[in-house]
Amino acid sequence: MGTGTELGRVRGLGSAKDGVHHWWLQRVTAIANLVLVLWFVFSLVRLPALDYTAVVLWLRQPVAAVPMLLLIVAVFWHFRLGVQVMIEDYVHGAPRVLAMLALNFYALAGAAAAVFAVLKIALGAA
Amino acid sequence: MAEFSLPANSKVSSAGKRYPAPAGAANVKAFKVYRWNPEDGANPRYDTYELDLDTTGPMVLDALIKIKSEVDSTLTFRRSCREGICGSCSMNIDGTNTLACTKAIDDIKGEVRITPLPHMEVIKDLVPDFKHFYAQYASIKPWLQTVTPAPSGEERIQTVEDRSKIDGLYECILCACCSTACPSYWWNSDKFLGPAILLQAYRWLADSRDEMTGERLDALEDPFRLYRCHTIMNCANVCPKGLNPAKAIAEIKLMMVERAG
Repeated sequence: MGTGTELGRVRGLGSAKDGVHHWWLQRVTAIANLVLVLWFVFSLVRLPALDYTAVVLWLRQPVAAVPMLLLIVAVFWHFRLGVQVMIEDYVHGAPRVLAMLALNFYALAGAAAAVFAVLKIALGAA
Repeated sequence: MAEFSLPANSKVSSAGKRYPAPAGAANVKAFKVYRWNPEDGANPRYDTYELDLDTTGPMVLDALIKIKSEVDSTLTFRRSCREGICGSCSMNIDGTNTLACTKAIDDIKGEVRITPLPHMEVIKDLVPDFKHFYAQYASIKPWLQTVTPAPSGEERIQTVEDRSKIDGLYECILCACCSTACPSYWWNSDKFLGPAILLQAYRWLADSRDEMTGERLDALEDPFRLYRCHTIMNCANVCPKGLNPAKAIAEIKLMMVERAG
């Protein structure tokens, strides 16, 4: 790696040939979030009551559980992509690797817990 | 980590001098100018020069030239064409990056504060180091590249319509006002190419005569080189030529999506 000249430093390790997929998915998940969050808010508003029983009964229907799972995936995915951008902006070197590992763990674990909760209600015994 | 405060030896001290207006001056304006000399070992300071606007030209550059010729010859700055085409006198005036030669003194209320372009290493006073910026420019190969051999004894023909696609791009004078106004460039200029260089890169991507589009896109497709742009739009806001680097960057991103399918 040419570190002896200014141009050598700029050329550095070359291009990562990556980034377009991340950029595109960030936009796709943003639109998915827009649609699904609107659905979520409208669904809650239309419930007869907002107590535990009413929400559980609602979430037990496939027409509620399936979009709910999609919402969870889209939100956590978008969150992970967006926070990655912030980490890349402000954290450099080894701390960035640690921050990215922590972010990936949080996003995956959070999504898994939320998916499990929905499945438990949707598939659980009445 | 990104640094949010200046190192101790870069903090502006309060030791600045004041040069009062000549006696009898009726139309006085103060110019507060960033001063730093690498040879005296002192921290940067602001010197304030009071000028009589009745004997000063209309632009901020006229005031700087007057200070250098009549008040304080040690003041150091770059300038050449004095008509907004060379890009030498780019600096931060009244909080905005612009060209001193096209910024009217009358447009600024109160004291005129002048500092070098932000987040660049200072060589002296208002002169920043452009080495890295120019190396980034060289890295995008800013010249026509083709696979087809050059036509012998003829021009490379371009339709009027194709030629118009580089309008708004070819006018860039590489003054670096946009790049040094961009927070992404402040934090990651080691790898992020910045708005000026990306606009120049798009100038060649948009040129109907250039045949190296794929190679150019390959070199740009990188989370840092291109995708540090978060459409903050400071670039389009400050460009003294009225260009829109943010739009050029968006066009590059669209080309990336188009080729990825």
